[in-house]
Amino acid sequence: MTLNGWLQIAIILATVLLAAMPLGAFMAKVYAGKRTFLSPVLGPVERSFYALAGVDPAREQGWRAYALAMLLFNAAGFVLLYALLRLQGFLPFNPQGFGALSPDLAFNTAVSFVTNTNWQSYGGETTMSHFSQMAGLTVQNFLSAATGLALAVALVRGFARSKMNTVGNFWVDMTRSTLYVLLPLALFTAILLVALGMPQTMLSSVDATTLEGAKQTIALGPVASQVAIKQLGTNGGGFFNVNAAHPFENATALTNFVQVWQMLVISVAIVFAFGRLVGDNRQARALVWVMGVLLVAGIAITYAAEAAGTPMLHQAGINPADGNMEGKEVRFGLALSALWAAVTTGLSCGAVNAMHASFTPIGGLIPMFLMQLGEILPGGVGSGLYGILVMAIIAVFVAGLMVGRTPEYLGKKIEAKEVKMAMLAVLILPTAILGFSAVAAVIPQGLAGLLNAGPHGLSEILYAYSSAAGNNGSAFAGLTANSPWYNTTLGLAMLLGRFAYIVPMLAIAGSLAAKTKLESSTGTFPTHGPLFIGLLIGVILILGGLQFFPALALGPIAEQVMMLTGKTF
Amino acid sequence: MSYLRPALVLLLLFTALTGLAYPFAVTGIGQAFFSAQANGSLVERDGRIIGSDLIGQAFTSDRYFWPRPSATSAADPTDPTKTVDAPYNAAASTGSNLGPTSSKLADRLTASSEAWRKAGLSQQIPGDAVTTSGSGLDPHISPAFAKAQVARIASARNMSEAQVRQVIETATEGRTFGLLGEPRVNVLRVNRALDKLGS
Repeated sequence: MTLNGWLQIAIILATVLLAAMPLGAFMAKVYAGKRTFLSPVLGPVERSFYALAGVDPAREQGWRAYALAMLLFNAAGFVLLYALLRLQGFLPFNPQGFGALSPDLAFNTAVSFVTNTNWQSYGGETTMSHFSQMAGLTVQNFLSAATGLALAVALVRGFARSKMNTVGNFWVDMTRSTLYVLLPLALFTAILLVALGMPQTMLSSVDATTLEGAKQTIALGPVASQVAIKQLGTNGGGFFNVNAAHPFENATALTNFVQVWQMLVISVAIVFAFGRLVGDNRQARALVWVMGVLLVAGIAITYAAEAAGTPMLHQAGINPADGNMEGKEVRFGLALSALWAAVTTGLSCGAVNAMHASFTPIGGLIPMFLMQLGEILPGGVGSGLYGILVMAIIAVFVAGLMVGRTPEYLGKKIEAKEVKMAMLAVLILPTAILGFSAVAAVIPQGLAGLLNAGPHGLSEILYAYSSAAGNNGSAFAGLTANSPWYNTTLGLAMLLGRFAYIVPMLAIAGSLAAKTKLESSTGTFPTHGPLFIGLLIGVILILGGLQFFPALALGPIAEQVMMLTGKTF
Repeated sequence: MSYLRPALVLLLLFTALTGLAYPFAVTGIGQAFFSAQANGSLVERDGRIIGSDLIGQAFTSDRYFWPRPSATSAADPTDPTKTVDAPYNAAASTGSNLGPTSSKLADRLTASSEAWRKAGLSQQIPGDAVTTSGSGLDPHISPAFAKAQVARIASARNMSEAQVRQVIETATEGRTFGLLGEPRVNVLRVNRALDKLGS
């Protein structure tokens, strides 16, 4: 680790915080339905969309209607995307003449993009037409992110309101998220990325004759428009197979800076928006502290592990100061690769600028563990906020048990129903991850996809289901996941991780909105101070640790021990 | 049904807006104002495209700087169900994805470091000289790796080692704003600089 490396990391994170505060204030206005500086331009578009769709923006929905609207919208998105992928061969903007995706791959990909996961069982430049990338995948990059934001806002309203039976209007929240937040930021940053070197063309490739006279076919395409939203929406699905490690998808340290900023900014901003919407900015700052402490710890451990290198590299006579450069790009080096790996998994982004499969065992354990903690550090756009609020409910419940009082959070009594629903949501993750991993580790269809043997092979499986259920999308990419078994089960894990979590979460929103908002009294446990921050960190770590430590012990931890004894597989 | 109409209509409207209008707007603006970057930062010599400034190439001649090893492959021309090694295949990016206890990786690292020793490298081997990049298309090498190749290139081109070192010096890019990223040498650029010297 170097001082310069830490300075780079600190400056990027500081830039995110600086931008997230005003963006959060802007988003709070958007979701409260107030006028913003974009209203003169986008207001007419918004109103015409409602008119065409038959939506009355003033009419709010209860949590069940909100959930139903969200599920239907996502189901329609899935059907359209599945159809586009299956009919790819007949659709326009297909210069390479790619044919249809197989049914299981189209299922996996459609689920993947609708659930904001963006797991990719395919290589972009060898599978997808420009039309599929734009009208199929890019659209869901926007809409799945907008869905996440809308859901988070619904839960926040549950805390902010008193004795109401509605949580908002899904159509309005989703439309506003797309029009006022995602689209302007995507347009602006996409053009910035083109200026910094990212291709944006309708050509599919050019042929070059290299200095040594060989032919090199260079894949191209409308890269920037997709990359901008895949980062902003914490989607993570790359235009190219290797995602942001590809020089066209991430040309310089500057494009890397912009993309890390993009990944984090909305997820942090929505926390600040939450503070404004519940009328107490201290609550938002407490959550940002929790996210920040755990994320920086993750970055530090990954950075240290990668800088330490491996015995194998040292035996080959490599300069130990260069650390582990297998699977990493020279222009990013160790610091920016470690930063990205922790951020992309602390978020539910899943874009990668280095191959996590080739990280050291501990360097690879951290991204896996960050996903298993529930994608809340700071998590996907919207999903991170509702995820950490569910954790906060569990934390105040634990605190309430310790002092023997009915727990309260933000003036709402947390009672049996909320805690049951929170636990139901939280248990989805270990069920999907450990259940599918256990089966895949013993059946031939599961083992057939492995590239690495020994504990690293188990890590490939565990990482895949953690990524799918956490709606992350990054991979230990040695795993050949484009098989009926993995396409189907990973698709199911993604659906469980997204929708089986959302429905109980919305039930909490509905139940909270109906309760009276209490004034805080001297007996109220303050949820903005260091004590609560510590408690929440503890609950997150203990919950994640208890659930996943046994599996991690068989994967990366066993590998670390064996690596140090010099064993290879 | 009161939910079906908004679901379908909004899906179609947003598909038109974010799936067609938005990418075409970015394409139009990109092509109009940043056409070199938007078309892949291509490098031409005598009117012919010789590559992209951002994409690495496989150099094997002793007269050129060699890039990092690459894990990319291509379909086997004799048997399309199999693949063959094809370093710097810019139509299908990939990393090795080999883990830290992979015996395959251990063998590869030992073989490449032995090859560097045979090629006369006596000091410690730079980390990027024997490891594959994440993309398989890394256009850069570290300054240390470039310097490790000076003797070979100088003798192949009948140049002095000082001259080759001078070429590296000129081609080395520092951190952006003195802060971001890592110092690096673009292999295609530095090799073109060698060719321009004419020897």
